[in-house]
Amino acid sequence: MNYLGWLFDGSHWTGPQGVPARLVEHLGYTALTLLVGLLVAVPLGAWIGHTGRGGFAVVGLVNGLRALPTLGLLVLLVGLVGIGLLGPLVALVILAAPPILAGTYAGVRNVDAAVVDAAEGMGMRGPGVLFGVELPNALPLIIGGIRSSTLQVISTATIAAYVGLGGLGRFIIDGLATRDFPEMIAGSILVALFAIVADLLLGGVVRLLVSPGLRGGRRPRRLRPVSPSRPDPAAAAARASGGPS
Amino acid sequence: MTWVLGNLDVIRERTLEHLVLALPPVLLGLVIAIPLGWLANRTGAGRAILTNVAGLAYTIPSLALFVLLPPLLGTGILDSRNVIVALTVYTVALLVRTVADALGAVPTVIVDAATAMGYPPARRFVAVELPMAVPVILAGLRVAAVSSISLVTVGSVIGFGGLGRMFTDGFQRSIPAEIIAGIVVVLVIALVVDGLILALGRVLTPWNRIGQAAGRGT
Repeated sequence: MNYLGWLFDGSHWTGPQGVPARLVEHLGYTALTLLVGLLVAVPLGAWIGHTGRGGFAVVGLVNGLRALPTLGLLVLLVGLVGIGLLGPLVALVILAAPPILAGTYAGVRNVDAAVVDAAEGMGMRGPGVLFGVELPNALPLIIGGIRSSTLQVISTATIAAYVGLGGLGRFIIDGLATRDFPEMIAGSILVALFAIVADLLLGGVVRLLVSPGLRGGRRPRRLRPVSPSRPDPAAAAARASGGPS
Repeated sequence: MTWVLGNLDVIRERTLEHLVLALPPVLLGLVIAIPLGWLANRTGAGRAILTNVAGLAYTIPSLALFVLLPPLLGTGILDSRNVIVALTVYTVALLVRTVADALGAVPTVIVDAATAMGYPPARRFVAVELPMAVPVILAGLRVAAVSSISLVTVGSVIGFGGLGRMFTDGFQRSIPAEIIAGIVVVLVIALVVDGLILALGRVLTPWNRIGQAAGRGT
């Protein structure tokens, strides 16, 4: 069977059900969900990390979320709210917020105590320390959380086509309904490419935004002997916030 | 609740179906990831290639991977093997890096001591390095197992999903109780398997227990 014929058929690239229109929909859901997730999770995570209160709840929430079946959450919310945009979007936000929360919390929490001490020694106080020192130092892990969250949202938005949402997942669900396997495969290729490109772009954002001093690589000072490839607890925490989606 | 009590046999059947889809990939993935992780820990090029490939596999959304495997494997689109292979791919992707990190973190003095006692490399790996790496590897395995248990349900969209079929069925027939029961059973299975792996870790690392007991002074 010619699997790729569908993808290179020009008629599938125009109109409200064409690839560009579905891609824009998928991008729109992802951007909207991430925006809401960021507005909720970054302030909350920064506060928990700064004060150290409620850290256990964050870890528990992220672990519990990994076990929560996304399809179950989607159909349950759509059943409660009704068919439309709201149900799936609420489900997406519920899935998007915890990785960002965990990344922000772990990032702020893992800032080197000596750095915070130095900032306080220089006369910085609570909010100054948080915004001037802790958050910039936490940026790699915050962006790590946003990356996990983005993949989760792209994946769940694809599955949400099952409950009537638009986006690239439509090709998979509609293709299945009409037994059009080339359409399903084209949809899957597009979804996978979308996820890979989004992940690479966010990887690029780390390079642009994060202070060169935090990016690893060559460190200016080496006070203790560096053991080869010792797992970095902060990086492990950030990686643990994600999972296959 | 009435739905649950009237359909216990359905729940039992879906649960068994679910376990058959979710657990073999975790074991298979672990068995594949140990030699690959060893390779990644040994050579810089191996690490670079394996972590990048793993990262890429990890990025692909599950529903897309379920659909993309048939043309690659020569299976039909509606074949439960696609789900099992896809979940194995995710488990390997997750564990290769964990195994490499875990082996890399085994203190050099311990490896040197084993070498000095005359362990040949293969035996040293099985008898010393791998057991020392068990706690970190099992931490990764817990994540992989829980993810696998949860992701199986996505397969129900294309016809195979164990407990996920309670979501699609409950959605189509508007039975919220069926959906909620499905979610609860998935969470319970995840919790139980997670606990079992944790317990396995205790059994496999008796030296840690002795250390803890000594620390408590009992």
